Amino acid sequence: MSIDIETARRVAKLARIKVEEDALPALAQEFNTILGFIEQLNEVDIEGVEPMTSVTPMRLKRRKDEVTDGDMPDKVLSNAPDAREGFFAVPKVVE
Amino acid sequence: MMADLNALTIAEARDKLRAKEISATELTEACLAAIDGAGALNAFVHHTPEIAMGQAKAADARLIAGDAPAMCGIPLGIKDLFCTKGVPSQAASAILNGFKPAYESTVSQKLFDAGAIMLGKLNMDEFAMGSSNETSTYGDVVNPWRRGNDSADLTPGGSSGGSASAVAADLCLAATGTDTGGSIRQPAAFVGITGLKPTYGRCSRWGIVAFASSLDQAGPMTKSVRDAAIMMEAMAGHDPKDSTSADLEVPNFEAMLTGDIRGKTIGIPREYRMDGMPDEIEALWATGREMLQDAGAKIVDISLPHSKYALPAYYVIAPAEASSNLARYDGVRYGHRAKLAQGDGITEMYEKTRAEGFGAEVQRRVMIGTYVLSAGFYDAYYNRARRVRALIKRDFDAVFAEGVDAILTPATPSAAFGLGEMADADPVQMYLNDVFTVTVNLAGLPGIAVPAGLDAQGLPLGLQLIGRPWAEGDLLNTAYALEDALGFVSKPAKWW
Repeated sequence: MSIDIETARRVAKLARIKVEEDALPALAQEFNTILGFIEQLNEVDIEGVEPMTSVTPMRLKRRKDEVTDGDMPDKVLSNAPDAREGFFAVPKVVE
Repeated sequence: MMADLNALTIAEARDKLRAKEISATELTEACLAAIDGAGALNAFVHHTPEIAMGQAKAADARLIAGDAPAMCGIPLGIKDLFCTKGVPSQAASAILNGFKPAYESTVSQKLFDAGAIMLGKLNMDEFAMGSSNETSTYGDVVNPWRRGNDSADLTPGGSSGGSASAVAADLCLAATGTDTGGSIRQPAAFVGITGLKPTYGRCSRWGIVAFASSLDQAGPMTKSVRDAAIMMEAMAGHDPKDSTSADLEVPNFEAMLTGDIRGKTIGIPREYRMDGMPDEIEALWATGREMLQDAGAKIVDISLPHSKYALPAYYVIAPAEASSNLARYDGVRYGHRAKLAQGDGITEMYEKTRAEGFGAEVQRRVMIGTYVLSAGFYDAYYNRARRVRALIKRDFDAVFAEGVDAILTPATPSAAFGLGEMADADPVQMYLNDVFTVTVNLAGLPGIAVPAGLDAQGLPLGLQLIGRPWAEGDLLNTAYALEDALGFVSKPAKWW
């Protein structure tokens, strides 16, 4: 599998990371190096092996589905780059 | 005041504190002074002397009242990956500039409840992604060790490089680390200290900035195996806020340090004999094997046939989980937000914020993760890697079922290298640092690095012991016997 500049551009877009046009060829090259390394996995016979979902066979604990905290908008917003009137503020989303 | 209180081990300090030979305040002052004089190492990146002195005073009151757990009055460094209430916690990333959590991570809270003292936050690789502590927004950490009389700065390893450097240089008695692919054990080996990654689920991950959730575990980085046992007990335990933390009793690990390993079976995996591995590491490995045998253990050659595929599987699984975990850094709720141009919408805000906030290695891994999870590649990469991971775990299950109690390997394929030496290497060359440690994370097992000797250039080398799941006590005891036989006492000569 070889990654071309178009694929690198698409992956950057999916990851929501702005990559300048002139940086794409080097990025594609790095992807190819790493994916080349990963390609070794194709040598492994994985027939009949289930993908691991949990490294320790344990049943996840469950708790009652109820509100356990809340009522702290000031704390929640205290680290926001832009908070107004009790809300996170972002650029206009809907035209 | 006694000289060099900061050089004490946890066990020594505990005994002196309880005997009222020293106070937690004196001990903390000694560490703060050592930190003030060690700016050149760039290990501590957020200093919290007021918190430390307040906690020291409280610890002294507990010690006088006779209510003093083992960690009471012990000054620690806390890796920047742990959220600490009201104190900058940025995972060494610019994208979390200015972030001060309104809450405390479970592990740091448990340590504080036991009376431990926080001296400050420790440098690390950005989001714990790196093996040389060169990806930090705070700059490189410097290893207190040097090659003979050469003044070139060396890496302390990564990602817990600040923790490693600080403990080795006696800036604190011990430090917290986290380990996703080797980030406690590799730096511990590079600086000649002990580093324990417990079984996955032994420590709560709540409040620790997530990198790869199925692999991340916190653990102690200490000056001795005994200290690792003491600190591990204080960090471990079930937490309702992390559903993957195990609801198992935490044993008194220190009480299990008998040094008696007669009748234990130690496996030597043939796949860990690497081409191009320095002879010194090969020799040290053989020495460790002989020492365990002399202590009464039975040594058996074992095979872990899928070891070779651990790193490539890791470099699918870890980036995939990272791409998902790091999606939260979007410039909305915390940290950095890019300045926007006229007409920029929310997508531009995300893209510019993440381009400015994430460093090169983090961007690379997030994008690799995005790619392997994208439509059409999910099965070929992500699911295949998870199936190979199941095979890697099966390899370990098989040898444990045959009666192997622990596995002895080298900790790293080399000694510490120079900062900047890997700058022109491709990313995969750096990833090879974790070749001996990463299997342990994929299989969820406990692993410990113990300092074993010095190479010809005078740099520390470590050995790794891998244990059965939940058998940290037994593993620590084997490490204790090995530590005793190795007798490693070297310290870096102070130049900083």
